[in-house]
Amino acid sequence: MRLRLATPRIGGMLALAAVIAVLPLFLPNNFYFDVVILVGLNAIVCIGLNLLVGYAGQISLGHAGFFGLGAYASAILTSTYGWPPVAALLAGAAGVGLLAFIVARPIMKLRGHYLAMGTLGLGIIISIVLTQEVDLTGGPDGMPVYGFSVLGWEPSGVLVWYWIVGGLLLLTVWLALNIVESPVGRALRAVHGSEAAAQTMGVDVVHYKVLVFVVSAVLASIAGSVFVHYIGFVTPSEAGFVHSIELITMVVLGGMASIYGAVVGAAILTMLPQLLTFLHDYEMLGFGAIMMGVMIFLPKGLVPTTARLIRDRAR
Amino acid sequence: MSLLTVDSLSKAFGGNLVIDDLSLTVRPGAVHSIIGPNGAGKTTLFNLVTGIYTPESGRILLDGAETTGLAPYRMAGLGLSRTFQNLQVFFNMTALENVMVGMHLHCDSRFLPAMLRLPRIVRRDAEMADEAAELLRFVGLADAIDADSDALPYGALKRLEIARALATKPRLLLLDEPAAGLNPAETGEIDGLIQRIAETGVTVVLVEHDMRLVMGVSEHILVLDRGTLLAEGTGEEIRHNPDVVAAYLGEEGRYL
Repeated sequence: MRLRLATPRIGGMLALAAVIAVLPLFLPNNFYFDVVILVGLNAIVCIGLNLLVGYAGQISLGHAGFFGLGAYASAILTSTYGWPPVAALLAGAAGVGLLAFIVARPIMKLRGHYLAMGTLGLGIIISIVLTQEVDLTGGPDGMPVYGFSVLGWEPSGVLVWYWIVGGLLLLTVWLALNIVESPVGRALRAVHGSEAAAQTMGVDVVHYKVLVFVVSAVLASIAGSVFVHYIGFVTPSEAGFVHSIELITMVVLGGMASIYGAVVGAAILTMLPQLLTFLHDYEMLGFGAIMMGVMIFLPKGLVPTTARLIRDRAR
Repeated sequence: MSLLTVDSLSKAFGGNLVIDDLSLTVRPGAVHSIIGPNGAGKTTLFNLVTGIYTPESGRILLDGAETTGLAPYRMAGLGLSRTFQNLQVFFNMTALENVMVGMHLHCDSRFLPAMLRLPRIVRRDAEMADEAAELLRFVGLADAIDADSDALPYGALKRLEIARALATKPRLLLLDEPAAGLNPAETGEIDGLIQRIAETGVTVVLVEHDMRLVMGVSEHILVLDRGTLLAEGTGEEIRHNPDVVAAYLGEEGRYL
């Protein structure tokens, strides 16, 4: 049993590290690097979101709001106020964490569809504020962001950004696996499985719901900060409803309660629109058909279903 | 000294008194049963004692300390655990992980040490896995240790809930209809399990409709009817109590 816990952990981390290390050799130009870097950033958000949705069983349709807040916090603090980018990133993450902590207590009392509506509303409010505060955010046109630097070092070129995002992704996977395979991870899954039983076992359900909501929001914020420095520009659509839905779709497609599932889901849904461009006008049609097919034939998501197949085959 | 004291407890749902000025005590040690017709308030009493419901009036004391109104998650720390009439297994986990959740208060469950995977977290997890496996063997689920709980049959899930409740190291264990839905052979095994639990020094209170199990296993029986205590005593006393016979057991005592 200890072996079964250990294998996906070390094996998966090694496999992911190998993919990240080798991938640049197969990327012919900047466009591909661009797509892969976005995969990495989306994966970081989805790992956090999967802790909330897949493990703790709490839906959020507003997580792009936290991503957008992180992005704008970095943009405004560095460009308008001249903060060092790392300080801005940390301040953004702390601010988003605080906001998530404050709204979590009332909002996590909601369940099922009502929680979906509550988080949807939260995301919409954030997106409206970012659009309306024109003096601060540049409004619907967005705002530019100037370069990133750490203690005087300025990363330039896609390859450097690739390594930064790749490293952050590996770190996030490691931390998330640590959480999952610990008393905290079991408490989160217990909250999902049965709140009544979790309480009876001494699990403070409200505490863990608030905790995982804050953690997932902070991860989204950090990804947003890195995103804005890489792209150099941010618009309110990053915080919008459509982006929130994309994120939750990545989690469901890759597999609920699966850290690697979040990575795979983010990779597929970020790359698919690029790969389907040969369909021209029918691109979205193909995209939708693939989504429906996966949900009908692999309802538990790609990674858990595949893992189960391999496990059953091995028996 | 009583382990559990319920003092003038009342609970109403929509103006309907389900528990009506109920007082009872459970002394430490041995197996106690609560019986009574459907709607007598047995499960409601469990939900009040475990903090899931808040009473309209009255007090609940666990080992002399008042627990009325405490949040349910606080009760495990005070030595109270339970199983559920309608199963509340964590179906998204293996049998072993289900039991390990029961040890939540017996390990470091803080976020930062877990996120950084400190060596002592890993060490304690391994210890807990061994303890949980031991508990699963104790309830007769040695074959199911690594099984996904959603793949286990109904009878095994009932035992899994008992193992998980024992993992909290309770002084008082409430079993809500542990034999419901089981065949006679499985009920016999539950009977033996309850006795083995009592032998370890845990006080057991069960709500049960299976009179054979109740009479066989319990030293003290409490009879509830319409939210009040109709009678209490040994199996022999209850069997011959005319009020109990009229309200519940039937004139002929044919369920005995």
